[in-house]
Amino acid sequence: MSVPFQADEQLDTLGMFCPMPIIMTSKKFKQLEIGKVLEVLSDDEGIKQDMPAWCKTTGQEFIGLEEKEDGLRMIFKTFVRKIKA
Amino acid sequence: MPSPEVVPETVLSNLQETKPESVTIVCLSGDMDKAMAAFIIATGAASMGMRVTMFFTFWGLNMLRRKGSTSNVKDWLRHLFGLLNRGGADTLPLSKFHFLGAGTAMMKKVMKQNKMPGIPELMDIAQDLGVRFIACTTTMGLLGITKDTLIESVDQYAGVATYLAEAKNGSVNLFI
Repeated sequence: MSVPFQADEQLDTLGMFCPMPIIMTSKKFKQLEIGKVLEVLSDDEGIKQDMPAWCKTTGQEFIGLEEKEDGLRMIFKTFVRKIKA
Repeated sequence: MPSPEVVPETVLSNLQETKPESVTIVCLSGDMDKAMAAFIIATGAASMGMRVTMFFTFWGLNMLRRKGSTSNVKDWLRHLFGLLNRGGADTLPLSKFHFLGAGTAMMKKVMKQNKMPGIPELMDIAQDLGVRFIACTTTMGLLGITKDTLIESVDQYAGVATYLAEAKNGSVNLFI
């Protein structure tokens, strides 16, 4: 799957479990400008469901997901656009 | 099959209307595993923009006590209680596999290796995200716990009415 979006900023949460990726995303979003896209890197599979759920609840736009194999683990890249303060 | 048309503005306004506003968690247990679940839900909810209130009662109050704090009261029974039931968020045992501390120590080690925050760190994160901590005054009275032996991050000292007033409007109310 290819994601046509070029992220403006990246957040690395590799090696972290729930709830850290979501907490760090929400912290990062506070500084992010409206319209910008954040790419969140995670190796916790829960992020596949959690990031869309976070976006739905907070009213932000979930753009997509990219999965990549990295040795033994999978890396999940989620793309989220800030559409409201 | 025709695909349903989605207007982003209306979807967003629907979401805002149905958006869960408030989460309350009663922390009764002083077990580390249960406390972890409570704080993970609390910090998760707070980072989703919800208002979160945590009500600490009975053994759960140990999390709000300073490390190693005992009881200050004069009557011997409650004083003994304080000596047996030392406080501190870092000293909570696992509900299973505690093994006189060895199991809990191992769990903490595994958590550290996996960059998983412990209870004190989760509490800091919760504070940072604006989660409110309420200490149960009944428990404080019963166990002889005074305000000066509690950590500074306690927002309120209150009882059941305060909890219910908050829980009445809560869309998620948990008892852990």
